[in-house]
Amino acid sequence: MRAIIPDALKLQLRYPARAVGILGALAMAAAVFMPWAYGPGALDNMTLWASPSPLQLFFGVLALLVLALLAIPLVGKPKLGRWAHILAWNTSAKTSAISALAMAGVAAIAIAIELGGVVNLDPGAWVALVGGVLAVTATLFLPDSPPPSLERVKSAKWLQITGIALGMAAVLFGAAYGLGLSDAGAFLTFAAFLVGLVLILRQFGVFDWLSIAAANNRQVLVLSAFTVAFAFPFTQDGSDATMSVAAQVLIFAATALGLNIVVGLVGLLDLGYIAFLGAGAFTAAVLSESAFATIDFHPPFVITVLISGAVASLLGLVIGAPTLRVSGDYLAIVTLAFGEIFRITMNNLDGNDGPNLTHGSNGIPGIPDLSLLGFDFGQPHVILGIDIGRFANYYWLMLLVMGLIIVVFTNLNHSRIGRGWVAIREDELAAEAMGVNTFALKLLAFSGGAFLAGVAGAVKAHYDVSVTPDQYVFLESAFLLAAVVLGGMGTVAGVLIGATILKLLPEKLRFFSDYRLLLFGLLMVVMMRFRPEGIVADERRQLEFHDDSEELADEVEEELIAHHAHLNPDREVFEL
Amino acid sequence: MSSNPDESGVGVNAGEVLLDAHNVTMQFGGLRAVNDVSLRVHTGEIVGLIGPNGAGKTTFFNCLTGLYKPTAGSVEFLGEPLPPKPRLVVRAGMARTFQNIRLFHNMTAIENVMVGMYSRTQTNAIDAIFRLPRHRREELASTKRAKELLDFVGLTGSGDSLSRNLPYGDQRRLEIARALATDPKLLLLDEPTAGMNPQETRQAEELIFKIRDLGLAILVIEHDMRFIFNLCDRVACLVRGEVLVEGTGKVVQNDPRVIEAYIGAPATEPDWQQPGDRPGEGVADA
Repeated sequence: MRAIIPDALKLQLRYPARAVGILGALAMAAAVFMPWAYGPGALDNMTLWASPSPLQLFFGVLALLVLALLAIPLVGKPKLGRWAHILAWNTSAKTSAISALAMAGVAAIAIAIELGGVVNLDPGAWVALVGGVLAVTATLFLPDSPPPSLERVKSAKWLQITGIALGMAAVLFGAAYGLGLSDAGAFLTFAAFLVGLVLILRQFGVFDWLSIAAANNRQVLVLSAFTVAFAFPFTQDGSDATMSVAAQVLIFAATALGLNIVVGLVGLLDLGYIAFLGAGAFTAAVLSESAFATIDFHPPFVITVLISGAVASLLGLVIGAPTLRVSGDYLAIVTLAFGEIFRITMNNLDGNDGPNLTHGSNGIPGIPDLSLLGFDFGQPHVILGIDIGRFANYYWLMLLVMGLIIVVFTNLNHSRIGRGWVAIREDELAAEAMGVNTFALKLLAFSGGAFLAGVAGAVKAHYDVSVTPDQYVFLESAFLLAAVVLGGMGTVAGVLIGATILKLLPEKLRFFSDYRLLLFGLLMVVMMRFRPEGIVADERRQLEFHDDSEELADEVEEELIAHHAHLNPDREVFEL
Repeated sequence: MSSNPDESGVGVNAGEVLLDAHNVTMQFGGLRAVNDVSLRVHTGEIVGLIGPNGAGKTTFFNCLTGLYKPTAGSVEFLGEPLPPKPRLVVRAGMARTFQNIRLFHNMTAIENVMVGMYSRTQTNAIDAIFRLPRHRREELASTKRAKELLDFVGLTGSGDSLSRNLPYGDQRRLEIARALATDPKLLLLDEPTAGMNPQETRQAEELIFKIRDLGLAILVIEHDMRFIFNLCDRVACLVRGEVLVEGTGKVVQNDPRVIEAYIGAPATEPDWQQPGDRPGEGVADA
C-alpha cells in the first residue's frame, strides 16, 4: 500500500481521510442496530431493528475500535503524551478497518448463501459494507505510524498477572462461544472477528507485552492455562456435541505432540505416524472387556495404557532400527510404507490369512467405557449443578494425559537429550563428530514418540467404542504432520493451536467437507509463503525473526560480503 | 622451537606420542587420495599440515577422526587403535573443527557448546523427564563450563545469540569452543583462518597458543603460510596424497620440492621447443 499512495499525498490528505474514516466507522456502528438479513435462518437472527444479535455486537466492537483509533488522535499530541508514540494509531486503525470489512464481508456472503441470494441482504449489511469500504479506503490514505512499543512500558507484576488472566478468560469465552455456534456461517463470521481481533491486538503490541508478561510469570501462565482447559466443560452445560469435538481435539493434539518430537526436534520426516496411534488403540482394544476382544487377559486400564505405549514403542524400535540409517526423503518413503503395512496387516489378522487378532476390517467393536477407581466414564455426573457427560469425562482424562505429555516433551527438550536432538536436526554429521550418539538418539525419539502415540491410542479406543483398521489411514498421518507444521515445529503451544484448527474446522464446517483437503492444501501453501515457521515460532527460531537479530543478521551478511570482496584480492595466500 | 631438530623434526619439548598414524592409505575407487602417510603428534605440540588444494589434507583428517576408515595402515591414539566411529573418537579425546563452518545454526552459542559436552555427560531420558538430581547437577555444571569456554575463546556475552547471527570470526571461535567442550587431548583444526582478515588471523593465532598452554596438542591444516610457520613446532607438507617433507617450519619453507609443489618448477625451456617435437611440426616435415 505504501508504494501505491505516495507519502506526500498522504500528508496532504490526512485530515479529509480521517474525516471520511470516522464517517465510515459511524456508519458501521449504526449498522449494528439495523437488520442485516431478510430471514432469521441466517447466522444468529439479524432481522431486527435496534436489537442487535451477538455477532452484530462483536462487529460493533470492531467499528468502535476504528472510531476510537481515528478520533482520539484528534485531541492532539500534547494531551496524548507518550501514548501518542506507544500505540501505532494509524496502522492499528487500518488493521481494524480491514478486519471490520472482512467480517462484514464474510457475514454478507454467509447470509446470501444460506438464504439463497444477495437479495436477502437487508440495509444493515449494506451500510456495514459501505462503511467498511469507506473506512478502509480512508485509512489507506493515513500516514503510517511507527511500530508499537507497548512491551517497553514498565508494568507491575499484578498488572501482568491480570493481563494473563484476562487473556485466558478471553480464550475460554472465545472457545465456549465459538464452539457453541452450530450455524456454519455464524461460526465463520465469528472466526473472522477473532482473527481480526488478534491482528488488531498484535498491531497494538499486546502480544509482545503478553509474551514478556508470560515469560516473567511462567507458573501463573501454565496454571491459568490448565485452569481454563479444566473449566471448559462447565461452560458447555452438558452439551455433548461440543465436548465430543473437544475430546477429539485433545486426542489428536496429544498424538501430534508425540510426532513433534520426531519431526520438530529431530527433523525426521515420519509419514506413517498414525500407525503408532493405531497400535496403541488395537492393543487397548484386544485387552479390553469387549466381547470381541481376542486376548483373554483384561488388566486394569492403568496397566493397559502402559502395555499399549510399550507395544507402540516396540513397533517404533522395530521400524526405526533398520530405517533410521536412511534419512530425508528415503525415511519419509519407508515410514509411509510402514503406515500402510500396519493398516493392511490389521485388516488381515482376521483368522483367514493369519491369527484372528483384530477381526479384520470389522475391527473390535463394543469396547466398554473406562472405569477408574470406581469412576465410570460412561455415566454423566452432576458437578456444581452442571451436567458433566461422558465426553467431558474423556476430555478431562485426555487433559491429564496431555499434561503428562507436555511435561515429558518440555523436560526432554530442555536437557542434554533435547540439545542432541536439535543438533541432529541442524547438522547430523557435525553432531556425530561432536560426540553425539546420533543413532541412539534418533531411535529414542522414534520409540519415545511412538510411546506417547500409543498412550493416546489406548484412550482413543475406549472413547471411540470401536477400533477398525480404516481409522488409521495415511491421510490421518498427513493431518498430524500438517498440524505440527502449521502450528510451529518444535513448540508445544503451536502444535496445540495447529491441532485445534485442523480438527475443529472440519467439525464446524461440515458443508465444506468435500473441499476439506483443498482448503487445507491452500492453508498450507499460504502458511509456507507468509509464515514458514508456523503460527507459533520455536524460541530457537523466534530469535531469527526478532527485529534486533534481523538487523544483526543483515550486518553479519554485509560483513561477510565485504570480507570476501576485500579478502580474496589482497590476502597473502602463500608466501615462501 | 627445537634448536637441534632431528630428521623428523620432533622438538625437544615434545612429550609422549599422542597420535600415531602409520602408513595410512585412503583409496576411493581408482583414486588414491592419501598414500602411505605416517604422522606422529606428541603432547603439547602444534603440528601443521600444509599442501596444495586436493593434496588430501582433509581426507587424512577424516581418517584420523573416524569419519573415514583408512583402506590400509593404522591409526593409534594414546597407544590404542582408533575407535571406528567419530563419536567414539571424540570420547577417546580427539576433537575437530570443520573447513566450512558446521555449527548448529538455529541453536544459541551456549547450546552449541553444550552439545559438545554430550559425550562427557550421562543424563538419560528418565533423569531428564523427572528432573532427577543428576540432570540438575549436570545441567548446572554444563552451563557453567560452557560459559567459561565462551569466555576463553573471547565470546563473552554472546551466549544467547543464535550461532547463525554471530559475525564470521566469532563463528570460527565458537566452533573451537564447541570442540574444546568435548574435553579433548588433541584438537584438529581444519583451516581455522579461512576467510579471516589479517587481524582476525592474529587473534586466532593467539587463541591457538592459549589452547596449547592448556596442555592440548593441536594438529592444524592451513593455507596461510605465515600463520602456519609462526604457529607450528613442526610442519608436514602433503602433496598428491604423500608426505613430501616433514620438519620444522624453516626446513619445510626452504625445501625446493615444496616450492615446486606450490608454484611449479623454475622456468626451463619446455621440451617441445626443440625442433621436431612441436605438435604438428613433424607432420610438416614428413
